[in-house]
Amino acid sequence: MDSSKAIYKALKDNNINFIVSVPCINLARVLEMIDQDKEIKHVPVTREEEGFGIAAGAYMAGEDTAILMQNSGLGNSINVIASLYKLYKIPILMIISHRGTRGEFMKAQIPMGEATPLLLEALKIPYHVPSTPEEAYNDIKSAWKLAKAKKYPTAILLEVSFW
Amino acid sequence: MERIEAIKTIVEQLDDELIICNLGFPSRELYSIKDSPRHFYMLGSMGMASSIGLGLALTQKRKVIVFEGDGSLLMNLGSLVTIYSQSPKNFILIILDNGCYATTGSQCTYALQVDLSKLAKGIGFKKVFKFEKPHEINMRPILEKDGPIIVHVKVEPGNADVPVIDMNPEEIISRFMKIISSDK
Repeated sequence: MDSSKAIYKALKDNNINFIVSVPCINLARVLEMIDQDKEIKHVPVTREEEGFGIAAGAYMAGEDTAILMQNSGLGNSINVIASLYKLYKIPILMIISHRGTRGEFMKAQIPMGEATPLLLEALKIPYHVPSTPEEAYNDIKSAWKLAKAKKYPTAILLEVSFW
Repeated sequence: MERIEAIKTIVEQLDDELIICNLGFPSRELYSIKDSPRHFYMLGSMGMASSIGLGLALTQKRKVIVFEGDGSLLMNLGSLVTIYSQSPKNFILIILDNGCYATTGSQCTYALQVDLSKLAKGIGFKKVFKFEKPHEINMRPILEKDGPIIVHVKVEPGNADVPVIDMNPEEIISRFMKIISSDK
C-alpha cells in the first residue's frame, strides 16, 4: 500500500468526516485526496490552534474529527489541547507529520522534532509511530478507537522515513 | 454601557440560537443573566470562541451566536479570515469590545487603536453592524439576515460582580451536545 493512500483510507474507513489542516509537504497528497472527497468536510486553517477550536465545535454537533498538521503545529496548540480538549473531554485524531527525525535534511526542524514526543507525553496523549503503510492503517484504527472511548486526543506521528 | 448590559440586551432578543460564550467574565455574566442548555460556557482556551462557533455553524443548521471579546479575537485574528472564506450563513460573531483584557485586570488592548469593524470590512465581510450604546442594539433585523455577520459592540471596561459558574466542564458540554442532537 502507498503511504499517503494508507492514511486517507484509514480516515475513510473510520468514518472521520470533518478534517482541519495546516499543510506539510509530506501530507500534500493526503490533503489532495481529502479535498477531492465530497463526503469529508475539509477546513484549511490559518494556524493549528484555530483548527483545534473549529474541530471542537464540529465534535459538539456530532462529527468525527481529525487534524492534519506538521509537528510545529503541536507547539502552537498546547493550550487548546489542555484547556479545551482535556478539560471538556473532547476526542480528536491528530495526524502529525513529524519533521526533524532520522533522514531530516533541514536543521531548523530538529529542535521541535526532538521536543515533539516529549510534548505528547507531557500532555498524556497516547501516540503511535508506524513505520509502514500497513502499520499506519492499523494504528489509526486503534488510535481513533481509543480517542472515542476515552474522549481524548490521540496521535499518529509520521516520521521522515515513513514517506 | 457596561458589557453585562449589552449581553442582557442581546440575550433578551434571542430565541433558540446556540451561544458560544468567551471565557472569564463574559461567561459568568451570561450565566447570571440567563442559563440555558443552548449555552456553551468556555472556561479556558482564550481565543477559541470564534473558532468553536465556526465549527459548530459548519456542521449543523441552527444559528450560532458567539460572544467574543476584543482581546480574545486579537489573539486569533486568523479566525476572521477562515470564517469569511468558509462563509457560514448561520453564523453571527458579536464582538464585545471594551478595549481591554477585563478578566485579567483591564490592561489595554490594541482595539483602542484599531477599529475591529473596519478590520472585518477590510477582510471582506459585507454585513458588519456597530453599536455604541446598549439601547441601540436591535438584533431582530440582524437575525433575519444570512451570515456571516459581525456585530461590533463598544462597551465600557469593567466586570459585573457575578459569581463563578457552578457547573463542571463535562456538564456544560454534555447538555449542550444533547440539545444539539435532539433538534438536529
